[in-house]
This record gives sequence, C-alpha cells and structure tokens, in this order.
Amino acid sequence: MNATAFIVIAIITIAGALAAATLPKLIHAALSLVIVFVGIAAYFFLLGAEFVGLVQVFVYVGAVAVLILFTILLTRRDIVSERGINWGGVIVALAVFGGLLWIILNTTSLAVLAPQFEPLTVKQIGESLMTDYVWPLQCVGLVLTVALIGALILVMEEKIER
Amino acid sequence: MTSTLQLFLIVSSALFSIGLLAALSRRHAIFILIGIELMLAAANLNFIAFWRFGSQPQPPVGVMVAIFSIAIAAAEATVGLALVIAIYRHYRSTNVDQLNQLKG
Repeated sequence: MNATAFIVIAIITIAGALAAATLPKLIHAALSLVIVFVGIAAYFFLLGAEFVGLVQVFVYVGAVAVLILFTILLTRRDIVSERGINWGGVIVALAVFGGLLWIILNTTSLAVLAPQFEPLTVKQIGESLMTDYVWPLQCVGLVLTVALIGALILVMEEKIER
Repeated sequence: MTSTLQLFLIVSSALFSIGLLAALSRRHAIFILIGIELMLAAANLNFIAFWRFGSQPQPPVGVMVAIFSIAIAAAEATVGLALVIAIYRHYRSTNVDQLNQLKG
C-alpha cells in the first residue's frame, strides 16, 4: 500500500477535521467537513473498497453536506457566540485520544501488513446484498423511509392554535 | 515505511477524538451534529481497515457493515437536522445552552 498517499491523505483529512471542529464560522466548518469526507473516501479507495468509497462520496458529499448547508441557511439569523475555549471538552477528547493511542500501540497483533487479496467486485457486493444480507437491506430501507417521514413531520409548520 | 493496520487505526482514533471535541465543546447544535458525523466516519474507516487487513471472509462482512452504517448515518443526519430546524422554529435559537426547559 502506498505510504506517500497514506500520509498525504492523513494530513488533509485530519487538518479538515480540526478545521471542522474549531472554526468559528459554521459555513466554513461545514465545507471543511466535505474535505474530511472526501479524504475518508480516498482511504476507502486506498484500502480496495472502491464501492464503499463511491457510496461515501454520493451519500456524504452529495446529500449530508448539502443538507447541513441548507440547515445553516435556514437557521442563519442566529449567531451563537462561543465564549472562549471549553477546556472540559478538550481534556476529555485528549484523554480519549491518548487512551486509544496507548491501546493501539501496545497491541502487537495490530502491526500487520495488508494481505494479498482478490479485488472485490460490485457484482459480489450486490450478490451478498441480495442473498445473505437481504433482511438487513429491507430493514435499512424501512429505517430510511421512517426517517424521511419523521423528518418531514418534524419540520412541518406548527399549527396556530386559536 | 509501509502502512500497517496500526496507522489506519491511529488516523481513525484521531478523527474520533476531534469529533468528540466538536460534540462536547461547541454550543451550536449543527456543530454537535458535525462532530457526530466525524465520529461515524471514523468508525466506518475502522470497519474497512479491519476488513482489508483481516482474513477476507466471503461474503465481505466489513464492506457490508460499512454500507449499512453509511445508510443509518444518513437517516441520523436527516432526523438530526430536522430536529435542529424544529428547535430553531420553537426557540428562535440553536444554542444548546438555552434549551433548558427540562431542567429540574
């Protein structure tokens, strides 16, 4: 696996994530989030899961990012003032990162190189979606339908009581 | 230097911690949703990395879990953003510090 590509994508993704978490303006943070999603899709391509990378680009960059931008547009009048840095959140996040890093570096079975593998084709993914994973697929379809209807009901105009 | 599973896990744990930072320390509701999206993306990266460095089972379990996880994350983002709009209509604010109606 290409080490240069790995490092370049890591720098871009983590810089985008830091920007998304810390920039004061919401619209800048939302656009940095797009960079993070594209970086993760690039990792999926690097790892040989091209289909998941494409799904990531379609769903996150195409749908979720645009949804976030529209929500920012609809709630624009409200500028929340961020008073200084919330050190509690910083400490908790650093503690979680330190703990995870310590565990990852101390688990020797994780220092493995990627094995050779047959490239995964979209045909294989489609076949398993239609055979072994057909019930999860139906359930996800149901969840998405319910989420769509629920979102519509939530944002419908409230009735004015007389 | 060749990339091992550890490096992918370190990147994804960094993404997860940054997402946690955004979810814990920001006051705007959309920033909290952005943090949750970052954490979900880090989890997806873990699924794919473990699938690639593992024993490649047939059917490809890691890829399937990642696809379903992306679909569920899309549903979560839809409902979350709808809630933000509903809260904004009701309170004229998206500052989560002001949503204290349930405070005892």
